[in-house]
Amino acid sequence: MSLDISFIGILIGSIMASSVPLILAASGELITERSGVLNLGVEGMMIIGAISGFALMVITDNLFIAIVGSMLSGVIISLIFGFLTQSLLTNHVATGLALTIFGIGLSAMLGKNFVGIPGKEFPILFSSLRESIPFFGPILFGHSIVLYFAFALPFLTNYFLKKTKLGLVVRAVGDSPVSASNQGINVILVRYCCILYGGAMCGLAGAYLSLIYTPQWIENMTAGRGWIALALVVFATWSPIKVLIGALIFGGITILQLHMQAIGFRIPVQFLSALPYLMTIIVLVVISRDSRKIKLNTPTSLGRIFYKEK
Amino acid sequence: MIKIEKRNDVPMALYFFTPFIAIILTILGGGIIFYILGFNPIEALKFYFITPISNLYGLSELLLKATPLCLIAIGLSFCFKSNNWNIGAEGQLTFGAIVGGGVALLFYNQEGFYILPLVILAGAIGGMIFALIPAILKTYFNTNEILVSLMLVYVSKLLLDYLVVGPWSNPEGFNFPETRQFSDSSRMPLLFEGLRIHAGIFLALAAVMLSWFILYKTYLGFQIKVSGLSLKTAKYAGFKGKTMILVVFMISGACAGLAGVGEITGPIGQLHRMISPDYGFTAIIVAFLGRLNPFGIIFASLVVALTYLGAETAQIFLQIPKYTGQVFQGMILFFLLASDYLLFFKVKILNLKKNELRH
Repeated sequence: MSLDISFIGILIGSIMASSVPLILAASGELITERSGVLNLGVEGMMIIGAISGFALMVITDNLFIAIVGSMLSGVIISLIFGFLTQSLLTNHVATGLALTIFGIGLSAMLGKNFVGIPGKEFPILFSSLRESIPFFGPILFGHSIVLYFAFALPFLTNYFLKKTKLGLVVRAVGDSPVSASNQGINVILVRYCCILYGGAMCGLAGAYLSLIYTPQWIENMTAGRGWIALALVVFATWSPIKVLIGALIFGGITILQLHMQAIGFRIPVQFLSALPYLMTIIVLVVISRDSRKIKLNTPTSLGRIFYKEK
Repeated sequence: MIKIEKRNDVPMALYFFTPFIAIILTILGGGIIFYILGFNPIEALKFYFITPISNLYGLSELLLKATPLCLIAIGLSFCFKSNNWNIGAEGQLTFGAIVGGGVALLFYNQEGFYILPLVILAGAIGGMIFALIPAILKTYFNTNEILVSLMLVYVSKLLLDYLVVGPWSNPEGFNFPETRQFSDSSRMPLLFEGLRIHAGIFLALAAVMLSWFILYKTYLGFQIKVSGLSLKTAKYAGFKGKTMILVVFMISGACAGLAGVGEITGPIGQLHRMISPDYGFTAIIVAFLGRLNPFGIIFASLVVALTYLGAETAQIFLQIPKYTGQVFQGMILFFLLASDYLLFFKVKILNLKKNELRH
């Protein structure tokens, strides 16, 4: 196999495409976690987004409705999590797990009649530029609009958290809900919004899979990407820009193993697949050992229940 | 007008009654979902919850599925009671099955009464070692055990995948991703001719008894319960927190490892990719539904095992994917967690007259 320059361009383009669902879901979850809520339901919300997006595309034949619908379905399913954890003060870990288990089951139930239906071609932008420019063409052009949005999202998230007043509110709620509440901030409302936003992004991440990446519906098609996205947020130590870098590394590993299989490389693919998880554990150990580092971006009240006596 | 007050004490009767409310609500919710999907809800629910256990074979299958769930949940109850969030039981199950299965494969062409105990022991130790990873990282590096134990689930599954495809795959197996069949000496004895229920159920029952004894009759159990109620009190009482964390993770891992080894030496008889339909995750629901109480967990494992069985029956009779079992499992936990609200808060309906409000 020749490693010429245009091949590398195509390779980078495909790594970018495979990292999109990770970026979307992890950016959404990052906002949720920065507000102090640990939602382990990412996988469940993604798979619900995937089936709703695909089903709406088949029913309405309109990709715009499908994309918006997938985000809405993510919002609706995350509302269950929000209501339980915020209004009924349930344990975040258990509720999130229930959401994932429920979501995988429900998606298979809803998707029963959509198995085997061919998907529709999703429009790509600047397809002529992709062919005409070597190397940079396949990297920069010929992608769906969702990919461009995904690559802008970490920067928007970073700006939101660091430069806007609302971002400050989210961080305050995540770091010290009691003081935030004393400042007159409605902690529960902020957390609800962050949970629903996370749901919308996970729904979009799922729809990217079923409408654009592999345009069809397959049971359990998210295949653990939700858990990788969850790992990614920790790997990135809750910093949006590092989410982007981490997603490219994790997405790169996915693409790499496909090519290594093709050229018969000696390292077993399973070891490559395990790398994102092992890297996340190592990062966790490194940041947790040093209490200053963990305080930098980690939402202090992550996963703790907030209750205000009325 | 509705007023909500925080309770000072959790009423114990309600504590053990709300799981039943959750189960009833789940059945109702399932009926509604079946109705929306265009099935006759009564008939569908009958296929789900009655048909599977209306014969001897079905009852044996129910116990077969309840066994690993009960074992894992018993182990998890030690962790959850002491505020340690081990959610990687699926990984500990897988690793236990790998170690136990490895020993079974060593003896694949031998017979002997000593083989099965060795395999079982190896499985328990495997699970224990795998659970020690998040425990050691938590105690010595202050690392979050939720994320580490969760990440390790996928690591162990990929390791299993590597082994059954690569070095451990059956040399005469036409490249199928599976190992050799274990020898009869590595298999759990069957309890009845023609049924799949095996001696592993005694492991689960022994775990129930032992855990009841440890939790309610020993100093360790007392430490675990106090640490669960208040970490500050535990520290003040001078309990060695680090040792306790390691111990509860080891117990939990050993139980999950036993469950894994019970599956591969019981109904499966070899190692392959799909040794567990997420028993390790579902057991979390069992532990909660059983209120972390050893006898509650027996009951809860039967209920949750029925959702697995019902899903398989419904797949045959109604042609709906067997993933629907997870819809029920998810709903049970949702409703259970939601009904816990009643435990901690009192909902009062007040009838105030207008002039009373003015004062």
